[in-house]
Amino acid sequence: MKTWKEVNPGAVVTEPGSARKFKTGSWRANKPKWIEENCIHCLLCWVYCPDMSIKVKDGKREAFDYDFCKGCGLCALECPGKKGQKAIVMEQEDK
Amino acid sequence: MAKKVASTGNEAVANAMRIANPDVCGAYPITPATEIMQRFTSFVSNGKAKTEMVLAESEHSAMSACIGAAAAGGRVATATASQGLALMWEMLFIASGLRLPIVMGVANRALAAPLNIHGDHSDGMGARDCGWIHLYSENAQEAFDNMLMAFRIAEHMDIRLPVMVGLDGFITSHSIETMEYLDDETAAKFVGEYKAMKPLLDIKNPVSYGPLILTDMYMEYRKAHDEVMKKVPGVVLEIAAEYEKLTGRKYGLFETYRLEDAEIAVVVMSSAAGTTKDVVDAYRDKGVKVGLLKPRLFRPCPYEQLGAALKHCKAVAVMDRADCFGGSYGPLFQDIASALYTQPTKPVMINKIYGLGGRDYMPDQAEKTIDELIQIAKDGKVKSVKEYIGVRE
Ligand code: SF4
Ligand code: SF4
Repeated sequence: MKTWKEVNPGAVVTEPGSARKFKTGSWRANKPKWIEENCIHCLLCWVYCPDMSIKVKDGKREAFDYDFCKGCGLCALECPGKKGQKAIVMEQEDK
Repeated sequence: MAKKVASTGNEAVANAMRIANPDVCGAYPITPATEIMQRFTSFVSNGKAKTEMVLAESEHSAMSACIGAAAAGGRVATATASQGLALMWEMLFIASGLRLPIVMGVANRALAAPLNIHGDHSDGMGARDCGWIHLYSENAQEAFDNMLMAFRIAEHMDIRLPVMVGLDGFITSHSIETMEYLDDETAAKFVGEYKAMKPLLDIKNPVSYGPLILTDMYMEYRKAHDEVMKKVPGVVLEIAAEYEKLTGRKYGLFETYRLEDAEIAVVVMSSAAGTTKDVVDAYRDKGVKVGLLKPRLFRPCPYEQLGAALKHCKAVAVMDRADCFGGSYGPLFQDIASALYTQPTKPVMINKIYGLGGRDYMPDQAEKTIDELIQIAKDGKVKSVKEYIGVRE
């Protein structure tokens, strides 16, 4: 950890992409769970996630990135799922 | 040789801004600082300053535009007063926390309610602890000189902090006085070229401004800010010495007037210091050993130097053109009391609240204050530490 003598004046961040090191996953109280069989890969969760915590590869939804997911629940709210069965549900973090 | 001209304080500030030729000025004019922006925008329209004017929808937005432009890497200046400065309050802390060297003229004015447009220090005192450097000016000449020096102080590579330059609303902002302008070429050379520090527009070295700093680092940044504040008085004096060589006008952290051998003293800021100096002269002629101290660098407050300058006095009156409500003394009194606290000898102190909302400060108010100091120096008896003067009882 830097001392007051070492910090950048004005807290200017000089290392591009360093937000990656700031893992916000520990803030989570509720955790989204992906139920793959209900997923239609519409990617609405990817669109709505404010933290880029939905991984996508070749147009298909992949696992959550729990390092950064803050558990806001937006993805679960927006998810249409399959035939009324949600593909994302929120669970208590300690479960 | 600089020639003497007639100028208002606002005109003096606008001319200093024209000479500094900022890259950007975010503005939302307000009485009594309106004329600063009106004159400055005329300079811009006539090609005398190459500044991008951003006319915002409020002072909060004006300061936000200044912050963005300064972070982008430009020299930035603006002006405001009173409610405008109050509306900027949130952004003032952001400007200083991001260490952006914005320069702002403030035509000091009372705060509402009741609504009042006249000279008073409530606005500046309200922004006292926002991390900016504060300079206060007695007259148009000092407003011009302080503005020019403010660019150098703010932009000094060891400092990089915003500076506000106060001048009394109407009394100084609108009165026409004789003053000397420095010729444009010499003044521009003194202010110098702007050097950006970690600008957003340097796309080869990408940076981000305004990150979230939590419990693990916030105190380190606050301590770093406090430490950089400690370097300010030295830089202020260094730049003042350079300015004196150009103009012959001497500036310190504060001005002392007949103070060295004084037994009693009055501490008073900005325009009221002029009136008080006349009264000091009249009492000196009668053989009374009275002196005056006029703060110039108000933030950071040079506590040690102030204490050393006043410690030999028997009695000191601190004049406040603003009050701190809540049973407290005036803001300047609190600082002078703190400055004297660490000194081995201390004068007896009294606090006068005067001139609020532009109420005239007359020589008889200074006379009554000095008479009271003479009595306190004799018998040590204080009838009331804090008192409103020039008010109907
Ligand atoms: S919103 Fe729901 S259905 Fe759509 S991709 Fe995300 S998880 Fe799958
Ligand atoms: S809970 Fe919120 S943060 Fe986490 S993946 Fe869903 S939308 Fe993103």
